[in-house]
Amino acid sequence: MSTIDVSLEVAVLSMRRIGKSFLGVRVLSDVDLDAQAGEVHAVVGENGAGKSTLMKILAGVHAPDSGTISIAGSPVTFRHPLDAQRAGVAIIYQELTLLPERSVAENVFLGREPLRRGLVDRAAMERETSRLLLELGESSFGARDLVGRLSVAQQQVVEIVKALSVDARIIVMDEPTASLAEHEVELLYDLVRRLRERGVAILYISHRMREIFDLSQQVTVLKDGVRVATRATAEVTQGELVSLMVGRELSHYYPPRAGPEETGEVLLSIRGCGNAKLRDIDLELRAGEITGVAGLQGSGRTELAKAVFGAEPFTHGEMTPLRPRSVREAIAAGIGLVTEDRKAEGLALRQSVGDNALLVARAVRRGAAARVRELLDRVRLAPPDPDREVRYLSGGNQQKVVLAKWMTVSPKVLIFDEPTRGVDVGAKAAIHELVRELAREGMAVLMISSELPELIGMSDRILVLREGRLVGELPAGSSEEAIMHLAAAEEAA
Amino acid sequence: MSEKVGGRLSLGFRPAQVVFLALLAVVAIGAIVGGGEFLTLETVVGIQQRSAALGIVAVGQTLAILAGSLDLSVAVLISLTSLVAAEIMQTGDVAGGIAAALAVSAVVGLVNGVVITKLKVHAFIATLGMTLVIKGVLDHLYDGPAGRVPDSFQHLGYDRIGPIPVSAMLWACVALACWFVLTRTRMGYQVYAVGGDVEVARLSGVRTDRVVIVTHVLCSLCAGIAGLLLASRLGAGAPTVGTDGGYDLESIAAVVLGGTALAGGKGGVGGTVGGVLLLAVLDSLFNLLEVDSFFKDVVRGVVIVAAVVIYVRRRKS
Repeated sequence: MSTIDVSLEVAVLSMRRIGKSFLGVRVLSDVDLDAQAGEVHAVVGENGAGKSTLMKILAGVHAPDSGTISIAGSPVTFRHPLDAQRAGVAIIYQELTLLPERSVAENVFLGREPLRRGLVDRAAMERETSRLLLELGESSFGARDLVGRLSVAQQQVVEIVKALSVDARIIVMDEPTASLAEHEVELLYDLVRRLRERGVAILYISHRMREIFDLSQQVTVLKDGVRVATRATAEVTQGELVSLMVGRELSHYYPPRAGPEETGEVLLSIRGCGNAKLRDIDLELRAGEITGVAGLQGSGRTELAKAVFGAEPFTHGEMTPLRPRSVREAIAAGIGLVTEDRKAEGLALRQSVGDNALLVARAVRRGAAARVRELLDRVRLAPPDPDREVRYLSGGNQQKVVLAKWMTVSPKVLIFDEPTRGVDVGAKAAIHELVRELAREGMAVLMISSELPELIGMSDRILVLREGRLVGELPAGSSEEAIMHLAAAEEAA
Repeated sequence: MSEKVGGRLSLGFRPAQVVFLALLAVVAIGAIVGGGEFLTLETVVGIQQRSAALGIVAVGQTLAILAGSLDLSVAVLISLTSLVAAEIMQTGDVAGGIAAALAVSAVVGLVNGVVITKLKVHAFIATLGMTLVIKGVLDHLYDGPAGRVPDSFQHLGYDRIGPIPVSAMLWACVALACWFVLTRTRMGYQVYAVGGDVEVARLSGVRTDRVVIVTHVLCSLCAGIAGLLLASRLGAGAPTVGTDGGYDLESIAAVVLGGTALAGGKGGVGGTVGGVLLLAVLDSLFNLLEVDSFFKDVVRGVVIVAAVVIYVRRRKS
């Protein structure tokens, strides 16, 4: 069913010399970007490099200050997202843009419901949605299901159906795998391939090198609002790409691990603990040590973090110094949690950096306001301005504020749940460095991550969770295969 | 993932159904406690007549709330339109009075909508401001009822066809029209979208400001219709008829009681009609039992809060 002739190489999309400033700050200057039908074009760059702005210009959300956009050779001007939609551009945002209280079909046709004699034609809407779902090979849900009841991966399919229903020739995917479990990523790969076969041009934004190399044919690197390079993906190595993004070779991604002499006394010990989601948890956390926890989606990773932190407490078992029944008890016992979802659980987005940093200290009346500035410097917040509202910071800087928040009360045990999710390469390295530093100063760190390279690079030992139980321990530097083997093994029959 | 998601919805009742079940329950209690006295033609007609004005306002309020907005200015607008209508009808021009009242409403709604969307003032403050402006004007110009409506126009307030008052039919028409808009037109779909998530709606190509403005115009038009109805019943316009009736907060209460989320995006007109009827039937039951009016308010308050508690718990499960 492939309708494209590769030799034609028609640029479906051609953006030329795009420039954009916000409040006098230049975010994009003279950026060029082309996309061919049936091709995946990856767009990479650190947070703040201008990727999102460029995509929002393409989607008609922002108007460019300068430059031109052509679609299939003819110039276009978008004043409203609707204009872009009509021109065949669809964008799938990182935060899914669906209405949980409405059905799949209602979401797919949102804003352009089909009419019959002036009235919304529900039947046609559902028929067309079902047809597209079928075409994508999706049978796990139907057109009438409420979107709020679907999994994140299924919701992504809804987004793609929405894009196809407008006959999108250009689909922008912004970090599509950020919230997917491992097996769902495979489904997405499949979906992307089907879209290519249909002749759709895909702009693929991602931080994850593996996806870029698995999926894309072209890759464009943005840095500080400027296009640094556009290359055929096959002709570039991962190292080159990273150094193009950050402008320097990252000699080593991860700080050195703790030596045996640096590992100290047991600060937290868990014996036979469990709750509705976890069983028989035995765990000791030592000063100076980073203990990694691996596990598939649904294995109880986040649940473990929340249990130790008293947010969804263990209901039985022993824990020393104490088994917290509430978050306050856990904090009093010197336990902190850097949550997986920092926007919803880690930060008060509309409050200032300073207020956020003092959130815990104020709640438990401990720690000193005077140290805030010092702490912000220490976590390398750039700029270390305590008065800015947190929502205006990049993901990496936000995460640093969360870290500062915990450092005000000097916890003995700090749990990290996905410490670098949605954080760019440069900030990632800084956060890794900080985590190690905290361990070296005598903190016990429990680090949960679904990114195996990070887990392997950082951990002094790796525990594997499966179906709510710790099923094994691996030494530092174990291979991804060894971890996956434990994490994904079938229960012995 | 293969689990079918549709099935779970059919379990348990939706808020709109809950409120009608509660309505049935209260009617049943009334029939048992009051015997023949409760279900007389007189009480049924009374319930319909008393709820018609609130019902019409609440239907309009449903639109505003579904779109994620809110209108506190409906009560003073009712007073204003009753006066506009009565003053013009005094000259004998009934059609002109109706047209002027509706035109004034539309303008008020338009201003509310524009202030909320274009000037980005929160609906609570924008419509509170509008309330004060209209109240100031009314207080300045009137110190009591004014104008006169001709007898021909009073049929609207007092006539009935069989057991059904004309006013109740008017309410039914408004509710039906509104239900039709919400479930059958693009506009309706977009009201749900904007109330569900403005940003999602905008990024899907919905002209969100326009949707909010239109819902405010419609909401104010409903208030205007209620003002006409009350003018017809009073035989004149009155500067406090809206505020005395508590139509602002009461209409919001009825909408919420009917299962529409105060944050918007979820609910519908059916529930609101049920909510209004439930409040009216409760009232009528209390009258029958000669319950103290302070205690009446206590019960109404408890009923509204309890309803929301039930809806929230239902959503979580």
